[in-house]
Amino acid sequence: MPLETLEFEEPIAVLLKEIEALTLLPRTDGRDREIDALGRRLESVRAEIYRSLTPWQRVQVARHPNRPGLEDFIARLFTGFVEIHGDRRFADDHTIMTGFAEYKGEPVLVVGHVKGKDTKEKIFRNFGYARPEGYRKALRAMRLAEKFHRPVIVFVDTPAAFPGIESEERGVAEAIAVNLREMMLLDTSVIVIVSGEGGSGGALGIAVGDRVLMQEFAIYSVIPPEGCASILWRDQAKKVEAAAALKLTAPDLLKAAIIDEIIPEPIGGAHTDPAAAARLVDDVLVRVLAEVSSLDSETRLGRRYDMFRSMGRIGIDFVDEGSPGSSS
Amino acid sequence: MAWFKKARTPIAPPAKAQASRVPEGLWVKCPGCSQIIYNKDLATNLNVCPKCAHHNRIGAAERLRLLFDDGAWIEHDKDLVSTDPLQFVDTKPYKARLRATMESTGVKDAVITASGTIDGIETEIAAMEYSFIGGSMGVVVGEKIARAIERAIAKRSPVVIVCCSGGARMMEGALSLMQMAKVCGALARLDRERLPYISVLTDPTTGGVTASFAMLGDLNIAEPKALIGFAGPRVIEQTIRQTLPDGFQRSEFLLEKGMIDFIVDRREMKAAIANALRFMGGSRAAPAPAAAPPT
Ligand SMILES: [Zn+2]
Repeated sequence: MPLETLEFEEPIAVLLKEIEALTLLPRTDGRDREIDALGRRLESVRAEIYRSLTPWQRVQVARHPNRPGLEDFIARLFTGFVEIHGDRRFADDHTIMTGFAEYKGEPVLVVGHVKGKDTKEKIFRNFGYARPEGYRKALRAMRLAEKFHRPVIVFVDTPAAFPGIESEERGVAEAIAVNLREMMLLDTSVIVIVSGEGGSGGALGIAVGDRVLMQEFAIYSVIPPEGCASILWRDQAKKVEAAAALKLTAPDLLKAAIIDEIIPEPIGGAHTDPAAAARLVDDVLVRVLAEVSSLDSETRLGRRYDMFRSMGRIGIDFVDEGSPGSSS
Repeated sequence: MAWFKKARTPIAPPAKAQASRVPEGLWVKCPGCSQIIYNKDLATNLNVCPKCAHHNRIGAAERLRLLFDDGAWIEHDKDLVSTDPLQFVDTKPYKARLRATMESTGVKDAVITASGTIDGIETEIAAMEYSFIGGSMGVVVGEKIARAIERAIAKRSPVVIVCCSGGARMMEGALSLMQMAKVCGALARLDRERLPYISVLTDPTTGGVTASFAMLGDLNIAEPKALIGFAGPRVIEQTIRQTLPDGFQRSEFLLEKGMIDFIVDRREMKAAIANALRFMGGSRAAPAPAAAPPT
């Protein structure tokens, strides 16, 4: 698949083209040296650009059409994936995919959003916008994992839950709400990885767990920057300002104590080297899963509750202007 | 009654007759039936139109007065204030918006949480205040509601949340999103403790509030014709590029779709809640005989 180029990646694309042109010419020692030099230049330009991405540029990287998604991770990190379908109520949602597989030889349940890569797939996956059935299927599958004491690994990548008539009719809000309540007490290890777009309630609806990890260039936001811009600035063009104001990058979320850890990405983002990106996910996942799985249920569930309960910290995110302990 | 004058555009009284007796601004046009209503009649009728039963929006304190016995309650955590954790600035700084809203509303964020009794049943109520930045949920709203639920668990009391909100508060970013998980987590514990939770859905209840505690009641009770939904109607119209059918996302629509248990007129709301709480065992209140409510 051709690599699509983001605007700010133009200097990288220019170098790539030069290298490609040279490799098509007959080989000489001089040309090889030139290609090597351009290769080194490419790496340093790429590192330079990615070291100082603006929040809006991170949004673009998180949405990159070539960014590895759930299916890439399943192929690279898990073996013997068997997809399971349907919510046993209405239908099988094609955006949220789930199934069982082995991770390091141990059975686990994998669940996550799929956006689709080419046009046909995107339509089939509803562009990553899950319908209520998706959230209900996810919970049904997680219940299965709970029953047999299997860990749950969640990959989050969605712009939002599907805003459509049938979504409302079939209670997408209720489906998400029930997941938030039930995942808090789901009696098995749950590791959440925000791997692309963490799009508000549509993301959170499968993202309550013992650890919340985030890939370096993923985003997690209460509203898309475009939506925020059109509401608060009354101007969609202010999406760049909105992206900055919303503090939606991985470092911002770590600072806010909303995520536990940032998973590094290859220089240039996961889309430049999906294999390396998967290895970096693997390194963190294997360690974190072992840590969480070693806890007894009560401790694990207690910590899960405390983690979400303390989002919004007294003295930092809010204060009590009355006398301390005045709550009675 | 500041909320009243803000919410409705007063119109000039008719030229003759009462005009001389009634001061200006005391007549309003009902958005339901377009009739001209004397606002004292509205006020004595819980702000429900006496002619067409249109439910006008009411504030959080008004809501508590309507539900708690003798209009008496103990308020909790009233001085919790957002620090503006993101230092958010759009067309103006969020901090300035917060302070201005505190001054105009007299509350420090978009929910009042309180303990009191409903027909003698000790209950924790959280009532949302729409006039505070659209009743949006940020860290303070999430914290106050979570505390109210935890207080109910400690006291073994029921919880009633009166929802009235446009959703999560954008100016607090992902922190506000996480309040959904935080409150639902507390509700999970309440649920496992077999304590009652009633969600009262009023106009409007949308976004992250709907996709969290609003939909999780043991009973979800709505006022008539309230807008209740996840995505806003405009967002849906942009997505599907067609106009929405009449009555879409209104209480009656949700009842038809199986999302709420029943619709109750505001004037009957307290009795309906008390009755439901008795079915669910009330707090320590023993199941009451049909005649006398427990005390
Ligand atoms: Zn009327």
